[in-house]
Amino acid sequence: MTYYTFAFYAFAAIILLSAYAVVTSKNVIYSAFSLMLTFFGVAGFYALLGADFIAIVQLIVYVGGILTLMLFGVMLTNKITETEIKTGVFQVLPASIIIGMFSGVLIASISNNRWTVAEKLNNPQNSLVGIGSILMNEYILIFELLGVLLLIALIGAASIARK
Amino acid sequence: MNDFLFYIIVALVKIVIIANMILITVSYLVYFERKISAWTQNRVGPNRVGYLGLLQPFADVLKLLLKEDIVPKVANKFIHSMAPFIALFVAFTTYAVIPFGPSITLWGKEIPLMMADVNIGILYVLALTSIGVYAITFAGWSSGSKYSLLGGIRSSAQMISYEISMGFSIAGVLIFSQSLRPMEIVIAQHGWMWNAVLQPVGFLTFVVAAFAETNRLPFDLPEAEPELVGGYHTEYSSMKFAAFFLAEYANMIIGSAMIVTLYLGGWQFPYVETFGFSPAVTIGLQVGAFFVKMGALLFFFIWVRWSIPRFRYDQLMNIGWKVMFPLSLLNLIWAAILAMIMK
Amino acid sequence: MNLLPFYLIVSAFMFFTGVIGVMTRRNAIIVFMSIELMLNSANLTFVAFSSFLGNVSGQVFVFFVMAVAAAEAAVGLAIIISIYRNKMTANIDEINILKW
Repeated sequence: MTYYTFAFYAFAAIILLSAYAVVTSKNVIYSAFSLMLTFFGVAGFYALLGADFIAIVQLIVYVGGILTLMLFGVMLTNKITETEIKTGVFQVLPASIIIGMFSGVLIASISNNRWTVAEKLNNPQNSLVGIGSILMNEYILIFELLGVLLLIALIGAASIARK
Repeated sequence: MNDFLFYIIVALVKIVIIANMILITVSYLVYFERKISAWTQNRVGPNRVGYLGLLQPFADVLKLLLKEDIVPKVANKFIHSMAPFIALFVAFTTYAVIPFGPSITLWGKEIPLMMADVNIGILYVLALTSIGVYAITFAGWSSGSKYSLLGGIRSSAQMISYEISMGFSIAGVLIFSQSLRPMEIVIAQHGWMWNAVLQPVGFLTFVVAAFAETNRLPFDLPEAEPELVGGYHTEYSSMKFAAFFLAEYANMIIGSAMIVTLYLGGWQFPYVETFGFSPAVTIGLQVGAFFVKMGALLFFFIWVRWSIPRFRYDQLMNIGWKVMFPLSLLNLIWAAILAMIMK
Repeated sequence: MNLLPFYLIVSAFMFFTGVIGVMTRRNAIIVFMSIELMLNSANLTFVAFSSFLGNVSGQVFVFFVMAVAAAEAAVGLAIIISIYRNKMTANIDEINILKW
């Protein structure tokens, strides 16, 4: 077993266990904490795949932005003085049947396919430069539109949450 | 000796040196904070333990170690004990990308004087700063006390707001260095081409953001004693409290090291190459220059703390969003124009 | 060894965990977190394909997905908080004002 496969299995274990904890734990704060671990695991996967820029952006955007917003949501939508933030689990049986069916189909199709890999894998040293040039040349319109979208979301969120 | 083993050993040696350096610097930073505050207020300061009170930090640590560790009954035990670890983790791992000297050559191999010369170093620091918010938010929430919770919420709102102006100030620096590598950012500031000279507005916004990110006065609203008892660490005692304390001072060191790296030319000693010293002496002078700049900034941090009163919370938010954020945007435009002229 | 199918399987499991979360939980914020899990698994698939294909376009797409996810999180939490202010609950089964 090489270091690479060991790191792969370690991150896979982190991701799957913490994702399981996100959806099953009764305490919302524990869910948020496990979600943080999941994001870390996914960032580790990105780093393993040579996408270092995306790995760091994952940490900055998801862990630093989205999850902090969610923690705010948890703290503001529960009574402050109670530390017990508990919610229940419903419809386990139908959910597991449906999921079992879909996951069976998807995983069978993934594992039965013969995947071929490009000869020359991208060089992690160049991924930042590659993303930058492709973002500024091919996808410049989408990039600008994203800025508009974020501005609209900012204004919309502020006006919705205002009293 | 094969290369892999050599680099592992070098990395371990660097980790040991840097970690010990941080611990010693932090303990003496606390001592100097008390001495400088005493000097500012015309007092004597700690002078009982050892000569001039030089052993005071060790006495403090011993006292904190021997204290009882109290966890409130309503606290969430797991997260309550997790939060100080997150704070320490963030404080210590950030040092990995800060260059404190140029590359040296040992046994025919080039070794940069930093822990890891990664090509996204600056983003790494930003990512870890955003994780640092969690330590304080979790600490505030899990204590089960309203003062802690208010401190935690204040702190996360403050840190998120100032991260934005921090990011935009850094973008101005990146225009000049054209790289996210801290080492190349330092090399781009050769001679007197320091970013603090080229873009003084960005320097100002970054320094203010660094003060806000480290929760130092005048932005220490999360732990404002008159309003919130102790803020997010009200319910912490013994070594868990010491961990927060350590993390705060370690963050101060990171803050000043980042300011030096990004704006004050890092380890650059202007025109040291023209003095005609031997390479070893030159490198020594450059490493010395880094630590002198950092020490001066640490003194500045402490000086500001004991000179400027605390802001009110709405004033803090107004400054962050209505003054610092537009200023950092203006600085970005200025940096872009300057880069075009100089090219 | 070709690790691509392993990455895809981990991503598929992550996606299904997210679907289970959406179907079985009633707290609006946990439903939100499950949606983030699903988005992350899609991102992981993109990056895995981009890396094994030797083409960075997939990573650019992940960048866009992250920006949209951030916008979605901001608006979604604003909605949750304003609902909480009116109904004093974050349980999506009790928010049935449109059901008559």
